[in-house]
Amino acid sequence: MSLINQFRPYPLFILVLAIVLSMPVVVVLAHVFVPSGDIWQHLSSTVLPDYIRNSLLLMLGVAIGTLLIGVTTAWLTTMCQFPGRSVFEWALLLPMAMPAYIIAYTYTGMLDISGPVQMALRDWFGWQYGDYWFPQIRSLNGAVVMLTLVLYPYVYLLSRAAFLSQSICVLDVSRTLGNGPWKTFWRVALPLARPAIIAGLSLALMETLADYGTVQFFGVSTFTTGIFRTWFGMGSAAAAAQLAAGLMVFVFALIILERYSRRKARYHHTSRRHQDLRRFQLTGGRAALAFLFCLVILSLGFLLPALQLLSWTVHVADTVIDAQFMQLLMNSLSLAAFAAVLALILAIVMAYAQRLYPGRLVSGAVRVAGMGYAVPGAVIAVGVMIPFAWFDNTVDDLARSHFDYSTGLLLSGTLVAVTFAYLTRFLAVSLQTVDSGLTRITHSMDEAGRSFGFRPLQILRQIHIPMLSASLMTALLLVFVDVLKELPATLILRPFNFNTLAVKAYELASDERLAEAAPAALAIVIAGIIPVILLSKTITRSRKLKLAIDEN
Amino acid sequence: MKTDTSMQIPQLQVDNISIGYADRTVVEGISFQLKPGEIACLLGPSGCGKTSVLRAIAGFEPLMQGSITLHGKTVSSSAMFLPPEKRHIGMVFQDFALFPHLTVAKNIGFGLQKLSRKQRQQRVEELLELVELTDAKNQYPHQLSGGQQQRVALARAMAPRPDILLLDEPFSSMDTELREQLAREVRDLLRRDGVTAIMVTHDQHEAFAMADQIGVLGQGKLLQWGNGYDLYHRPSSRFVADFIGQGVLIPGEIIANNKIHTELGIVSGKITSPAAPGQQVNLLLRPDDIIHDDNSPLKAEIVARAFRGAVYLYTLKLQSGQQILCLVQSHHQHDIGEFLGIRLEADHLAVFSDLL
Repeated sequence: MSLINQFRPYPLFILVLAIVLSMPVVVVLAHVFVPSGDIWQHLSSTVLPDYIRNSLLLMLGVAIGTLLIGVTTAWLTTMCQFPGRSVFEWALLLPMAMPAYIIAYTYTGMLDISGPVQMALRDWFGWQYGDYWFPQIRSLNGAVVMLTLVLYPYVYLLSRAAFLSQSICVLDVSRTLGNGPWKTFWRVALPLARPAIIAGLSLALMETLADYGTVQFFGVSTFTTGIFRTWFGMGSAAAAAQLAAGLMVFVFALIILERYSRRKARYHHTSRRHQDLRRFQLTGGRAALAFLFCLVILSLGFLLPALQLLSWTVHVADTVIDAQFMQLLMNSLSLAAFAAVLALILAIVMAYAQRLYPGRLVSGAVRVAGMGYAVPGAVIAVGVMIPFAWFDNTVDDLARSHFDYSTGLLLSGTLVAVTFAYLTRFLAVSLQTVDSGLTRITHSMDEAGRSFGFRPLQILRQIHIPMLSASLMTALLLVFVDVLKELPATLILRPFNFNTLAVKAYELASDERLAEAAPAALAIVIAGIIPVILLSKTITRSRKLKLAIDEN
Repeated sequence: MKTDTSMQIPQLQVDNISIGYADRTVVEGISFQLKPGEIACLLGPSGCGKTSVLRAIAGFEPLMQGSITLHGKTVSSSAMFLPPEKRHIGMVFQDFALFPHLTVAKNIGFGLQKLSRKQRQQRVEELLELVELTDAKNQYPHQLSGGQQQRVALARAMAPRPDILLLDEPFSSMDTELREQLAREVRDLLRRDGVTAIMVTHDQHEAFAMADQIGVLGQGKLLQWGNGYDLYHRPSSRFVADFIGQGVLIPGEIIANNKIHTELGIVSGKITSPAAPGQQVNLLLRPDDIIHDDNSPLKAEIVARAFRGAVYLYTLKLQSGQQILCLVQSHHQHDIGEFLGIRLEADHLAVFSDLL
């Protein structure tokens, strides 16, 4: 029965869609077997060990940093009571709005020799240039700090959720068995939250691997910068794809780690009854310390760089914000909106396929289609570029030999290629959102509608659309913002002379025109705040729900 | 094993405690005490404050007034407060609160940090044997049934030999049929180890199966402290009479110090509270106080019946319209509308003067 169902047109369409969307990853992985001759030899004997070493060091540093900051802030804001706690609870998510490459160049501007920090130091202490030592921000360590500052919210979010879901009774039991608050944290709360913390960490590390802007700007050679250099510098698509495949090995390891942790988290689940969270009241010095710690993190990760961007923007507004900038803004917004709508439509089509044709084939296809979220933009770009270029060349050759006419570039270097790359990378985001909205509409609701004599279309209009609308809006917004922030894929795939905010900010910053890059960067940051607001809303909503449950 | 001198110090003394938050008093003026090895139960409807009392003993709620003394040592008063980890108590929670990341054996050994590895192992083995879970010692909580999980929670709380064991609705997540049986099993376990324990529940059957002494709480006050028999037959207030068991109140007049005149005739028995002849009262009639007797001249109309297996519970209507309850063995079948001969047979006459 179900097998027959799977071969109807609709499920079959989903299958085809999944194959098309997984093409970039498949192409990249398949290139492991394509000989690239001397270039690979050359790479592996010269720069490859550097790439691996730097990527590993970067991951190690970011792991330590995000764990320390993410877990501490999550524990403070969920389990302790101190002044400002309820504001920090959501404000600590704000650094998520700050793409790593933007914070990187903002800090470069702030900390370099002519920046405000060093100038102030020289003024205060009467130092001269070269008199003093100052840490070099454009380094591997600098990259670690930058990435940590904007990626710790992943660890924060997931460990916070884990701490919140822990039955307070479990912590109480530990107290009755002779453990003080600290021992309880180390022996019970932390081990219980471990799977969630590791899941958050693997997300942060996936973003670390995907980063191109920061490491490129800081001159740290990693896989992503290597892919660019090999592709553009040496002109070898095959070798670039092989580097991308190497990067994918790391990514797969992280995906497995994340999946495994989430599966394990189910067994670390405690009963959620009796959830009256009594926070430890911090007083005096301890309260001040907690407040300061959260404030410093928030300032470094968001407030200071945002203020710096704002002040640069005000400074250069007259010269930079002109018709050209408006064109840039329009390009970015319309491209992001177009990709977001497309991703939403595909997500709806797939989510309903899963609902109407439950079975391994469809759910497998949907999972494959959503695989791209973990794949770095640079890898996807290579995976899109290679088959599209092949297609263009083939069509061109055919047209020339048969009609003596050159078709030129049909797909590569067009908005089709860019949009396709966005879809493969961000479909998972909208798919997940739509799917979680759809699962709230139970099958018995459909059946209840049918029992009142509603037709399927009426059910869609009167039950599904009203119930789904919030999820659909969220899906749209999340993809919109992700596309706006995306740098490496846009950089590789964009049509000639087509610029977006992200690309422009990156290009200006690369030319050391940091202040001029600020307006574009600020626009991205402001857009990035939208999902943060959405997230903090879900947080308050879940808390209200929890309160409502407690009342009963 | 307990010497006579230790018998004189109460294991737990709760002295006139009040618990509350800024604007609301949850519990007011509660006092009781437990002898070593005694098992007590705080019984009451939800929201009566019974869990707050338990949590105050554990050290999770501060006191507004009064004091709590454990084994001769004051642990809570309005002036001082010992944190839970310093009180040497054991607690079993409603949801068991087992540590999902630890095996059964490690859960039980969790509170034994101060013992040497060998001593700890020995104590864990002892408890595993006591709760009959030796075979499951390397399993994780999610692999156990509800009953097994509960035994782990109990063993974990008992492992450090606490001065007192606190049980917060320990059977409420169990199937109703299992509860009484489990309560008896737990009681036997505690008895064997001579553990002093106090349980909180809203289920009177659990309380009867488990406790030597039961305290009934209503609206933050301790209304009566006694054993099950007393609570059932000699309730001190209408609240307790309503809360424990079934029954109805019928109006009557006291005509002598052991006789009450009611619609059912003159009832004689021991009147549980002082009352003067001529006083109008309400008499509590339990279903088992009314006996079915075909020869009795007193008849009442059957208006409803509920099958209870061995017995039927009939709701009968007297001439005045007053309804009463009556338990009759189920092989006597009578239909609704029939008249049933009844006779009153009560030893204790619980009367209440308020006519509410």
